[in-house]
Amino acid sequence: MFEIPDDRKYLESHEWTTTDGDTVKIGISDFAQDELGDVVFVELPDEGDEITAGDEFGVVESIKAVSDLYAPVSGTVVAVNEDLFDAPELVNEDPYGDGWMLELEPSSSDEFDDLLSPEEYREQTE
Amino acid sequence: MGLRKPPLYDVHADAGAQFTEFGGWDMPVEYDSIRAEHAAVRESVGIFDVSHMSEIEVSGPDGTALMQRLTTNDVTVLEPGDSQYSAIVDDDGIIIDDTVVYRLPDRGDPVYLFIPNAGHDEEMYDRWTSFRDEWDLDATVEDVTEDWAMFAVQGPDALETVSATTDESVGDLSKFEAQYADVAGVECWVARTGYTGEDGFEVLCPWDDAETVWSALDATPCGLGSRDTLRMEMGFLLSGQDFDPEDEPRTPYEAGISFVVKLDTEFVGRDALEQQHDAGVDETFVGLTLLDRGVPRHGYDIATEDGDVIGTVTSGTMSPTLSEPIGLGYVPVEYADDGTELTVLARGREKRAEIVTPPFIDN
Repeated sequence: MFEIPDDRKYLESHEWTTTDGDTVKIGISDFAQDELGDVVFVELPDEGDEITAGDEFGVVESIKAVSDLYAPVSGTVVAVNEDLFDAPELVNEDPYGDGWMLELEPSSSDEFDDLLSPEEYREQTE
Repeated sequence: MGLRKPPLYDVHADAGAQFTEFGGWDMPVEYDSIRAEHAAVRESVGIFDVSHMSEIEVSGPDGTALMQRLTTNDVTVLEPGDSQYSAIVDDDGIIIDDTVVYRLPDRGDPVYLFIPNAGHDEEMYDRWTSFRDEWDLDATVEDVTEDWAMFAVQGPDALETVSATTDESVGDLSKFEAQYADVAGVECWVARTGYTGEDGFEVLCPWDDAETVWSALDATPCGLGSRDTLRMEMGFLLSGQDFDPEDEPRTPYEAGISFVVKLDTEFVGRDALEQQHDAGVDETFVGLTLLDRGVPRHGYDIATEDGDVIGTVTSGTMSPTLSEPIGLGYVPVEYADDGTELTVLARGREKRAEIVTPPFIDN
C-alpha cells in the first residue's frame, strides 16, 4: 500500500537513499510522510557540512509531529533541496522525487551496503 | 488499563482515521489531512466526535448553590437553555479545569450539565460530591459521561447542516444558547457553542444513538488534530497544556480568562483570586508568531533578545489558515505588549518571535 521503490535503500528510521556512484541523495519514505501527515517545516544542514552515518542531520515537522532525520551514510553535503523551505508539502506529494532533501558526497562506499533493501524495509513497515 | 473508546470508534476506523490517546481516550486525530479538515471548518463545515468530553449533571434543591461554589462564573444568571464558559479552581485560584455549564430545563429544581475536559469526569464527580457532603447540601451529582455522545458541527455552513436534520429552528439560538431538539429523530441537546472560532453547534446525543445522529449530519469528519489547530488560531486554552495544576499552574487572570471570574459570588478560590485581582499578575498568557522559519511547540523556552529565558510556549503549530508559525504561552507582563520581539528556543536553535495578541485570524 505504501510505495517502496526498488531503486534505493532504506533506514529503519524511514529515510531512503539512492546513489549514482558519485553522490547519494537522501529523503524520507512514503510510509514516513503518511505517518507524519502535512509536512510544514524542514530543517537541513548547509552545503559543505559534514554528516555522519546514524547521526541526526535535520528535522522534519508536520502539523502534529516533530521527527529527527538520520543520515544513512557519512559524507559532505553537496546540495540541499531549498525548494522545501517554501514548499515543504513536496515531501508529502512526491517523497521519492521532488521531496528529496540532501545530496552527499559519501566518505566511504561501504556504508551504502549496510542499509536495508526494499524487501527488508517492506517487511518492517508491514 | 485500556483506553476508553467513543461509541463510533469502529465507524471512524472504517473511515480511515488515525487515532491518538487523549485524556485516557482513543480518539481520531485525523482522517485524511489536518490541513484539509481545518480548511473545511473555516470555509464550509466539519464534524468532530468529541465524545471524550466529560459530562456531569447536577440537580436538586441545592444544585445551584453547589455549582456556584465550585465554579468561578455566576451560574445564577443562567436561565434554562443558557450556558456559560467557566473555570474550576482550587483554594489558591489555580485552574483545575475549564468547562461549559449548561442549564437544562428545570425538573422542579434547576438542573445543570457541565462539560469538564476528557479524563476529568471522575475527578470532578469526586470534587462535587465531597464538597456537597462537606457543606451538607441537598444536591444530586451524576457522572453521565458515558450516557452522552457529543459531536461538534462547526463552520460557516454548520447551521445549514444541523437545520437539515431537525424541525426545530436551531438558527434562533444565540451564541451559548441551547435547547432539546430531535436530530434525525433522536432527542439531542443542541447548543450554539464550539471551540473553533466559527459559528457552530455542539450536539449531545444518547450514547447508543450516536451513529444515527453522526451519519445524518452532513459535514467533513475532522479529528483532534484540526480541532487543536483551529483553537490555537483563536487563542483558546487547552486544559492540561495551556494550564495544568501540576505542570503549568495558572490562575484565570494569568490565563487571560478574567471574564469568567465573578468576585461578587462565593466560590472556592475566590479570596486568592481577589488578592491577585488587586495586586495584578506577574505573568500573562500571550500569542506569538515566529519571524524565522520553524514551528513553536509545547515546552519550548521563550527568551529575551539577550538570551534570558523568561517564559514557555504552551501550545504551537503552523497555522493552516495563515501558513505562519503561531504559538501560545506565558511571559512576564512587561514583555506582553504586541510587537515585543523575543526569541523562541526550538530544540537548541534561536528563532526570532514577536508577540501578537490572539486571535491570530479575523473572524
